[in-house]
Parts: sequence; structure tokens; C-alpha cells
Amino acid sequence: MSLRLNPRLLPVMVTVALLLLLFIAGAIRFENFGSLRVVMNLFTDNAFLGITAIGMTFVILSGGIDLSVGAVIALSGVLCAVLIEQLGWHPLQAIPLVIVCGSLLGLVMGALIQCYNMQPFIVTLAGMFFARALATILSEQSIPIEHGFVDAINNFGIMLPGRAWFGSAAMALIGIFILAVWLLHYTRLGGYIYALGGNAGSAALMGVPVGRTRILVYILSSTLAATAGVVYCFYTSSGYALAGVGLELDAIAAVVIGGTLLSGGIGYVSGTLLGVLIMGLIQTWISFDGSLNSWWTRIVIGVLVLVFICLQHWLSWKLKRSGKSL
Amino acid sequence: MMSAVNRFRQSRYFWPLVALALILLANVFINPAFFSLEFRNGRLYGSLVDVLNRGAPVALLAIGMSLVIATGGIDLSVGAVIAISGAVCANLINSSLDSLFIVISLGLLAGLIAGLVNGSLVSYLGIQPIVATLVLMVAGRGIAQLINGGQIITFSHDGFAALGVGSLFGLPIPVVIVAVVLFLVHCLVRFTALGLFIEAVGCNPRASHYAGVHVNGVKLAVYCICGVCAAIAGMIITADIQGADANNAGLWLELDAILAVVIGGAALTGGRFSLVLSVIGVLIIQALGTTILVSGIAPQYNLLIKSLVIVAVLLLQSPAFKQQLMNLLRGRTT
Repeated sequence: MSLRLNPRLLPVMVTVALLLLLFIAGAIRFENFGSLRVVMNLFTDNAFLGITAIGMTFVILSGGIDLSVGAVIALSGVLCAVLIEQLGWHPLQAIPLVIVCGSLLGLVMGALIQCYNMQPFIVTLAGMFFARALATILSEQSIPIEHGFVDAINNFGIMLPGRAWFGSAAMALIGIFILAVWLLHYTRLGGYIYALGGNAGSAALMGVPVGRTRILVYILSSTLAATAGVVYCFYTSSGYALAGVGLELDAIAAVVIGGTLLSGGIGYVSGTLLGVLIMGLIQTWISFDGSLNSWWTRIVIGVLVLVFICLQHWLSWKLKRSGKSL
Repeated sequence: MMSAVNRFRQSRYFWPLVALALILLANVFINPAFFSLEFRNGRLYGSLVDVLNRGAPVALLAIGMSLVIATGGIDLSVGAVIAISGAVCANLINSSLDSLFIVISLGLLAGLIAGLVNGSLVSYLGIQPIVATLVLMVAGRGIAQLINGGQIITFSHDGFAALGVGSLFGLPIPVVIVAVVLFLVHCLVRFTALGLFIEAVGCNPRASHYAGVHVNGVKLAVYCICGVCAAIAGMIITADIQGADANNAGLWLELDAILAVVIGGAALTGGRFSLVLSVIGVLIIQALGTTILVSGIAPQYNLLIKSLVIVAVLLLQSPAFKQQLMNLLRGRTT
């Protein structure tokens, strides 16, 4: 075979094929499904999930996991709402503080994981409890935000042909996606993250600053989750302590469907974005259909995750047999 | 005498029991009524009984989870299994099936199937436990919704409801169930070689394999036991509220169960477990929660304190932290 596909790209290729297949099938089945408008809404409605999942990709690539992201979204949303509505801050003052708070939480979690050699899963679980508790302590009720600036941001966007709306949330997602691709593929830190996930021991021997990289990864994830919280808070014009319950699972699922190996070291941010779009597309399909119920979303996503995990497993087994390491 | 005290201080039962004693001691000052017990209508009432009763579902999960964690695994799907078994039982009762035996058996079967799925993914397909059980965690609540048809199914069946609210020998039935399950699983792992195999697999799966342990079989068995324990917990929760709520039944209980096992001193990397200590861990969490409630602190702080407790326990288990603490203490004395 002369045309050899890079095996690392195979899961991403499967994701692309699946996405196209779903979209085309939907376009044939439903009127108005195959429009630019549906595509743009996919970006807008899943912006917060996408931003979170991009952060999760970094963590999973480094061989860890971050279960706190859903709670961080709720905490930043509530904090944002409290600062703007109850303390009368301008959103432009509130947003940086909220994002810095997210980064600090990531710093603490990363430091605990790195310095005391704790399992990421249990530390970020504690982080999840902590952030969710802080959010409920700040306010149990949903706080609506009425602020001219927030409305202006929500109304900001470009009207594309076919009444497709390229809104500010979608712009934020695409901007962060481009930044993430740059960070992962064109900076030294990106290489360090891949090395760390591939084999932490070898990475350390090669001179990768393992500790700093690992802590940075968790800071990155929490910062992005806090950003997603701000986006979500603007999107719903409110802050609610129970927002984003279970979102960490959706983010992990998107990363897996995007072809990133859960043991770390292999994967792409673009795959994650595709994974998010697939999950959004399934939801759009179910809402277009009308007769299917929303719980089918969870079942289909569960099955998809299973299929992709088996695919990855088969792939690494095959490569191991042919004497190459993935 | 002195050596017995010393031996107790060295044993791993020491710190968990001290923690439980401290929480109970705090209640002596905050709320002495905590310890009052009353015998009414053939059953004991009081805060202590309440702690045991409320902790029963988590205790069942913790028993199963201890075994899974001892093999170096984790089962995130137990919350979803609770929802599934609850949904199965509630729908069977509503289908005018009168035999309690069949209802309970099929509920247990649902848990066993879930355990088989998790166990086969982890052992025979070799997928990381967090990921393998994540699949059922995501899909499981969807399946429970599917069984329930998207509704909260309520029922009235005195026999089944007794699982949650009845009493036996003066104790609430959930407490009796926990005691029975604890005894059965304890006998299973300590009077057969299974416990040894579980610890061996957790310490070093490859070495165990070469030593002739059927590693995959052991892993499959622990996930099945965990699934069945979760199914029992699901039935207790469903019987308690006489309804199956696919969205909220057992939500976040997997985290409490894992926390209880960690507080009980088991290493998340596997190789060491104690069922009794895990149940003590559950009692610590539950007593802490009840104490927070009766002491008048807002219930929102419960979660905050829980998260700080996890970090504290993990720090105390970490060798690096112990070293730092020793250095700090030594530095102060010199």
C-alpha cells in the first residue's frame, strides 16, 4: 500500500466521517437540517462545552483527568452574576477576576497532584465538591443578569447568508480553538504535554520540566472551564449554582469521540472540536425529530464512547503486534 | 497492656476510629440529644440509628467499591446502576407482578449484568477502569429513563417498601441488609482465597498472572459483586421513597462511596482493602453530615467540608507530605 495513513489520524478520520454522515443523513431526513444556520447554531449552543472540552483535551493528553470542570463553570457563572448584579461591578472588571479565580483553583489542584503524587481523579473530584459548594454558598437561587454590556455582547455577531448567526459565543469558541491549536502544535509547551502523556518517566529523563508542565495543564483546564462559565453565564444571562451538572462527562466523552487516547500522549484538539459537534448534532437531530426523547442522547453518546474506546484499543493492539509503538 | 495499646495505635483501624470518635465527641458538646435512643413501635429511634439508616445505601456501595478499588480499579457507574435497578423493580411491581422474590431477583440481575459489562470491558478488553465504567455512567441513566418511559414511576407495595422503611429485630431493615451483606462478602473474601487473589491482582497483575491467578476472572468477579451491591442499594433507595426517579436516584453516591473507601485507608492504586474500615468511612461521612445539619451550619457547607476532608485524608496518606510534616516538627524542636 503506497498511500499510508498515519494510524494516529485514524480515529480523527472516523470522527470526521461520522460527523459528515450524520449531517448528510439529517439533511436528507429533515427539512432545513442541512443549512448553514444549523451549523452556526451548533457552534453557538455548544460553545461552553467546546471550550471546556478543549481544556480537558490538554489534561487527557498529559495523561490526567479533570472532573472539576462542570462545577468550575457553575462557580464562575455564579461569581460573575454576584459581582455584576449584587456588587455592581462592570462585566469587564468581573470577567478577569472570575477567570483568575478559576486559574487559582487549577493551580492548587495541579500542585496537589504533582507535589504529593496524588491521583488526578480524586483531587479533581475534591475540586468539584469544593467549587460546587462555593457556588451554592454564594447563591442557591439562579441570579438573572440585566446589564447593557451583557446584552450588547449577546447581540454582537455577524449575520451570514441563510439567516445564519455567527454570534459572540461561537467567536469565543473559535478563537480559543485557534489558540489551543497554536499552543499544542507550535509551542514548546505543546511538545512537553505530549511527552508527559506518552511516558512521564522518559519525558523527565529527556529534560521535560514535568512538574511545571503538569501543573500548567491543570491551570489551563480550570482557566478554560472558568472562561466557559463566563460564556455560559452570558449565554443564559444568569448565574446558577446547579449549572453544568455532569458536564465533565460530556467533555470527556467529546474528547474520546474526538479520537484522543485516554491514557494520554495521542490526540488532537481538532478531534475534540469535532467530537463536540457530533454531540451537538445528535441533540439537534433529536430535537428535529420530536418523537425521540432526550434520554436517547445519553444512550447514543454512551454507545459512541464505547465504540471509540474499542477502536482505540484495537488500534493500539494492532500496532503493538506489528512491532511499532503508537 | 501497653503493648496492646501500641499495637492498636499502629493498626490501620486507629486513625479512622479516632476520626469517628472525634465527630461523635463534638456532638456531646453541640447536641447531647444526638445520643438519645428511643424504642417505639418495635424499633429504635434516634440520631445514631438515623446515621446508620441513611448511610446504608452508601455502605453497600462502599463494600462493593472496596473490592474494585483493591484490584486497582474504580467503578463510576454505581450511581447509574442504582437508577437502573430501581427502575426495573418499580416497573415490575407496577406490571402487577406479585412475587416479591421475582422482583428482587430481577433487580439483582440488572446489577449483575451491569457488573458483567463493566468487568468484561476492564478485564477482557483491558480498558482503563475509569473509562470503561464511564460508559455505563453516561448511558446508564439514559437506560433507566428508557425503562421508566421518562417518568418518575411510583408504586405501592408494602412488601417491597419494607426494604426501605421496615424494621427487623428493632433495627431499620436497610441496616440489617448492610450487616448481612457485609457478613456475606467478608466470608466470601476472607474464608476463601478470593480476598488474597484480589489483593494480589491489585499489587501486581502480571506477577499474579504468572503465579497462576486467573486475573481476568478475579476482576470480572469484583465488578459483578460491586454491581449487585449497587442494585441492592438501588432497591433500598427506591423502596424508601416508593418511587423510581431515573435522574436523581443515587446521584453522586459513587463519589461518597469512593470517598468512604479512601477514608477507610485503602490505597486507590489497589492491593489493600478492609470492608469494615470502608463501612467506618461511610459512618464518618454520614455522622459528619448529620452533625453539620444538627449544629445549625447551613447544609451547603456539608459539601465544602467534605471536599476539605478528602484533601486532608489524601495529604495524610501521602509519603511526601508526611516527610514535610516530620521536617517541620523536627525543625521546631531543634
